[in-house]
Amino acid sequence: MIKKTIACLTLVSTAFWASTVVSGTLDNVKSKGELTLGVSEGVPGFSAPDDKGVWTGFDVDMGRAVAAAVLGDGDKIKYVPLASKQKIVAVSSGQVDITSRTTTWTMKRDAKQGVDFTVPVFYDGQGFLTTKASGVTSAKQLDGASVCVTSGTTSELNVADFARANGISLETVVFEGKKEAFHAYTSNRCDAFTTDMSQIASLRTTVANPDDHLILPEIFSKEPLSPLVKHGDNQWKDLVTWVINGLIEAEEKGITQANVLEMKASSQDPTVQRMLGVSGDVGSFINLDNDWLVRAIQTVGNYGEIYNRHFGPDTKLKIPRGLNNIWTNGGLLYAMPIR
Amino acid sequence: MQRKFLNLFIQAGVAGAVAFVSWTLFQNTQANLEARNIASGFDFMSVESGLPINDSLLPYEPSDTYGYAFFIGVLNTLYVSLLGIFAATAIGVLIGCARVSSNWLVSRLAAVYVEILRNVPLLLTLFFTYVVVLASLPHPRASLNPFTGIFINNRGFYLPAPVPYAGFWCVTAAVLLSFLMIFIISRVSKRKRDETGKGLPTLMIGASLLVAVPSLTWILSAPVVDFEFAVLKGFNFRGGLVLRPEFSALMIGLVLYTAAFIAENVRSGIQSVNKGQVEAAKALGVKSSLTMRRIILPQALRVSIPATTNDYTSLVKNSSLAVAIGYPDMVSVGGTIIGQNDQAIEIIGLWMAVYLAINLVVSAIMNWLNAKVQVVER
Repeated sequence: MIKKTIACLTLVSTAFWASTVVSGTLDNVKSKGELTLGVSEGVPGFSAPDDKGVWTGFDVDMGRAVAAAVLGDGDKIKYVPLASKQKIVAVSSGQVDITSRTTTWTMKRDAKQGVDFTVPVFYDGQGFLTTKASGVTSAKQLDGASVCVTSGTTSELNVADFARANGISLETVVFEGKKEAFHAYTSNRCDAFTTDMSQIASLRTTVANPDDHLILPEIFSKEPLSPLVKHGDNQWKDLVTWVINGLIEAEEKGITQANVLEMKASSQDPTVQRMLGVSGDVGSFINLDNDWLVRAIQTVGNYGEIYNRHFGPDTKLKIPRGLNNIWTNGGLLYAMPIR
Repeated sequence: MQRKFLNLFIQAGVAGAVAFVSWTLFQNTQANLEARNIASGFDFMSVESGLPINDSLLPYEPSDTYGYAFFIGVLNTLYVSLLGIFAATAIGVLIGCARVSSNWLVSRLAAVYVEILRNVPLLLTLFFTYVVVLASLPHPRASLNPFTGIFINNRGFYLPAPVPYAGFWCVTAAVLLSFLMIFIISRVSKRKRDETGKGLPTLMIGASLLVAVPSLTWILSAPVVDFEFAVLKGFNFRGGLVLRPEFSALMIGLVLYTAAFIAENVRSGIQSVNKGQVEAAKALGVKSSLTMRRIILPQALRVSIPATTNDYTSLVKNSSLAVAIGYPDMVSVGGTIIGQNDQAIEIIGLWMAVYLAINLVVSAIMNWLNAKVQVVER
């Protein structure tokens, strides 16, 4: 009896010690044969299952590009829906390989939460949605208003900071879920609703009369959204960073899903030749073969194609590109040179 | 002797193993957090929170610390739990008595109430009450105004806030004093009844004392209290006392749900008392109110109290669902803190500690009550 107990205890304690051994994420993904991708619980446009249950969206495509570059197949992904509170811990603990889920790059998260950010893929900012009937045209006129907001994000802090900075008082009503918060707004519990602009645009499409609602002009926070990986695994962080850089650079160079093979065969531009692996060996810099970017673009297209597919004029969301344009077109997207 | 020694040895071994495993887990977590450069510890509690809380019992500003913000959340949880326990008990006892009523309609209605509330998940009940509360109330600009100074709209119930003068504290003291006098009189009456078999008319004396002493003080020390009314300014009413729809919906949902369980405890308690005892009391000519007070209730409580303890602790834990309908309880505020600084382990630890503490106190009080009503073997 005692012998059995001791044997049992030894086994349990060795299991504890064994679990602390860590291996590289890249090797791990290759040996699993699939990428574990942390996504949202359903934010239309960014990551949400479509009517057939297939995950689609802007954030999903970033993950598909990485899966295509590493594994040669953008479909080899295991999706893990994460609540807002889990998105950091899931990646720092190794539960997911990448979190691609509308996450703001902040100093504390980067430095003190065991994660590393890769590339800002979407420059967002917090704003207000209000009813046309309220007659408000600027957020500074909201003194005394009730505002519905979602918990577990930086939105609450931003809205309180905005009120203090402008000397107005706001009654914030905090909800766990976005749907409940938005429902409270549409049932007139609140005079305004606040979250990031992209999501306001996405939620406004769901009301009966979108034209009765007005997005106020003030954008009162910087929300650079970026995929994130575990802190300390530099090999994996470099890989994810450069795949996304490649997608942005591809748009600048005019490489599309349709013409990528043609460009590879015939382009005389030395930059394009290096990117697509015709010359040089940039693939080996991130421990991949030379066709890494070709596969990624074949799977999801360049950055602009991904954006238009989920937010463009033909979609429900219709988010103008604004800051999220290539630098040569007046936006902030500036890919580091691939060489 | 040897057997005893061996037993002791095994027990020490198991205790040591548990301690070792917990220590290993703790050390391992610490080492891993450090290795990944993840902040830990409670230093952040003294940092300015910046987070807004719309419903707090004490004055609160976003410039206060995380620690104070969390404390406000804990107060809200305590407030909801305490009010909830009293209200659920009152309604539960009523429904429970109705359930065993000899009136067919009353007992059927009570049964329908119990079955519906008990068998629907609380979260759905809360969503339902919240949606109903919001949908049935008008916009602030079209507020209902049933009495002067009372406004009802979908931002809350606005009542005049009492502003106490010095006289208010005299009246409070008078109320306390009359309670003290009632207590003394009832002791005297009990002794008299034990000696002579006939007590004093305590109910009459007590009631008249409770009315006479405070009202006399009120007249003498006027003005006692003034009222501040809520006024519509811009988007919302300001001033006055406000019961927000989130709080009201949470209270309604929690109380109705828990009352269904308490009603069943009351019913089982009453039905556990042997029918023969009631019949015997009748045969001896004991008044029915006295039968209830002296024969049924003391025995029914023995059965009801342990089960009700469980329901009270469940109510405390269920109050965490407040976060779903926007009431800033401890879980809601803590969730925001996690969202802002991502130190989940510390906050979750605090949640567990606070719920544990509240429920241990609830259990201790209920166990004391239970011990009081148990049969004293002579």
